[in-house]
Amino acid sequence: MLIINNLKASIGGKSILKGISLEVKPGEIHAIMGPNGSGKSTLAAVLAGREFVEVTEGTVTYFGKNLLEMAAEDRAKEGIFLGFQYPIEIPGVSMVNFMKTAVNEHRKHKGLDPLSASDFLKLMRDKKELVEIDSKLANRSVNEGFSGGEKKKNEIFQMAMLDPKLAILDETDSGLDIDALRIVANGVNKLKHPDNSFIVITHYQRLLDYIIPDVVHVLYDGRIVKTAGKELALELEEKGYDWIKKEIENNVEA
Amino acid sequence: MMEKDNDKILSEVTTGEYKYGFYSNIEMDRIPKGLSEEVVRLISFKKNEPEWLLDFRLKSYRHWLTMKMPTWPNLRIPPINYQDIIFYAAPKERKNLKSVDDIDPELRKTFDKLGIPLEEQKHLAGVAVDAVIDSVSIKTTFKETLAEMGIIFCSFSDAVKEYPDLVKRYMGSVVPYTDNFFATLNSAVFSDGSFCYIPKGVRCPMELSTYFRINSANTGQFERTLLIADEESYVSYLEGCTAPSRDENQLHAAIVEIVAEKNAEVKYSTVQNWYPGDKEGKGGVFNFVTKRGMCKGENSKISWTQIETGSAITWKYPSCILRGDNSTGEFYSVAVTNNHQQADTGTKMTHIGKNTKSTVVSKGISAGYGQNSYRGLVKVLKNATNARNYSQCDSLLLGDKCGAHTFPYLEVDNSTSIVEHEATTSKIGEDQIFYCNQRGISTEDAIGLIVNGYAREVINKLPMEFAVEAQKLLQISLEGSVG
Repeated sequence: MLIINNLKASIGGKSILKGISLEVKPGEIHAIMGPNGSGKSTLAAVLAGREFVEVTEGTVTYFGKNLLEMAAEDRAKEGIFLGFQYPIEIPGVSMVNFMKTAVNEHRKHKGLDPLSASDFLKLMRDKKELVEIDSKLANRSVNEGFSGGEKKKNEIFQMAMLDPKLAILDETDSGLDIDALRIVANGVNKLKHPDNSFIVITHYQRLLDYIIPDVVHVLYDGRIVKTAGKELALELEEKGYDWIKKEIENNVEA
Repeated sequence: MMEKDNDKILSEVTTGEYKYGFYSNIEMDRIPKGLSEEVVRLISFKKNEPEWLLDFRLKSYRHWLTMKMPTWPNLRIPPINYQDIIFYAAPKERKNLKSVDDIDPELRKTFDKLGIPLEEQKHLAGVAVDAVIDSVSIKTTFKETLAEMGIIFCSFSDAVKEYPDLVKRYMGSVVPYTDNFFATLNSAVFSDGSFCYIPKGVRCPMELSTYFRINSANTGQFERTLLIADEESYVSYLEGCTAPSRDENQLHAAIVEIVAEKNAEVKYSTVQNWYPGDKEGKGGVFNFVTKRGMCKGENSKISWTQIETGSAITWKYPSCILRGDNSTGEFYSVAVTNNHQQADTGTKMTHIGKNTKSTVVSKGISAGYGQNSYRGLVKVLKNATNARNYSQCDSLLLGDKCGAHTFPYLEVDNSTSIVEHEATTSKIGEDQIFYCNQRGISTEDAIGLIVNGYAREVINKLPMEFAVEAQKLLQISLEGSVG
């Protein structure tokens, strides 16, 4: 569904992504790991359509379409969901109103009528249960005054509401205690079905105890330097990123 | 680069069109342009007024001649030539206006187009309307239904004829004819407006509303509203206003006076949508209005809610004089300035009685080249023991060519009072818009959502039927304005 080919991108003239190639097939979970500053979040931003990242080279194809030409909201309506590393607060806008607008925009895009108020509330109730989110959150303004953990759970809840084809979770695990981590991971596992895919961006291995990836990539200095199965995550946990760095430096010297 | 993109989208979004800019070809009776003692007399004569009212007008006019237009507002107002304004314009009267069918069809069409049908059966359930075009009131709906409860709801002119004692007693008691330049001008030349009296112990069962429409060119609109809530009564009142799109500026200088007696409560809501001028700032209404309420009796309450999206220049401060002990004044405002609009608006809360309470919530929204100023005075007099005020003024900026300004004034002469003031200024963040985009919401809808969220506290104070309208209006006013 997603083919990234030799993607290069920069922010404010500084080159961040230096040639990334990656293919995600339906039903796959990809984990992208790497040290801070390696370009993980920039990759997520490019895929979601943030304008401050400038793509300088390469292509991204999503279900056969040129993703880079699509507006951010169109990417969303075509099924791309970004779970934000730092979810944004929107004071005064209730979660209900926010989600209703979003869900109905998605429906309009598919040629469906907007949901009735009661159907919508039922959908919210069901999804809240599914992801074990406190139902009080839904009555508050979008992320306003939420704790770090609540914000992340709220991202998973929104993902459940919008049922994306490709979900990109940008360090959703950072700042979570073990219970919240479990809730987030369970949410992902429950929402997983054979046709949708996930790109899970994480700094630590511990999330991957709960979400089992099919493929693990290591991003370092804007490039994918290693790709392997789920065992790579454990190896990284054990040896740290220095091991990868050394390996790369050796390769360069060789 | 971020900034640039933001600006581009901003300038694209601020291009909403004014929906009410049409002009109706109605047969009008207009007096010649200009202002003089003769004109004042002519207006009074045309309206067939009693001597005492003519005296009031002449007294006001003579006083006005001694006054100068104030220069303290944070506004750039081009000079106004009072000899170039028509001070009275009325649709030609048909004789024996008994039912709606007797109203000029062109006039009826106008109000239909504005969504204000004059036929009671077609009207929003539970809302009585007084429809004012240019200088006169056309029709007041549900007059009879209300009369059964003793409620008087009619045009100001009718009130002068039918209830002269009430008018004499209360007119000018809250806004004296010497009050300020535009109030004095209004006192000299006011044409019509609404009058409302709620008798003792009556809860008005429906929303009362006045719909003001400027139609004629070169005409000023000077209406006067007087609202009296007798002891233990309650009324919720709404005013709406629109005008045709024209290249020249039009002057609107109104007065609203409210009196709340013991235990009475008045809610006064305004959705102001006068023509704001075009995108280059040409044309538009000058909205220079004096609105003031007197909480005269104990435990009385007056609450102002305003959604100000229109007018080229807005200059108004709906205020409360809290004279009765334990009385309460409230001011909730959303003021939008887009393109080249300017607003200097806020409130005055004057605490005179003991245990008086006031709340001020002001939300300014600026886009395009709009300039938005909040100006508020909280005054606590010596005997106002335990007075309490809370003021909150927030400014939201959309883009970097607009401005927000805050001028709070505090005069506290009683040490037992508690006065709080909070102010914030924020910009709609690119992050917030992107967050919405990422959920499938377009930039324009995102702005609507964020702005309405920002203004929600105030919109929630509006009567239900109008809250939805106000939300739409906010969105339209800012259409084309952010990213």
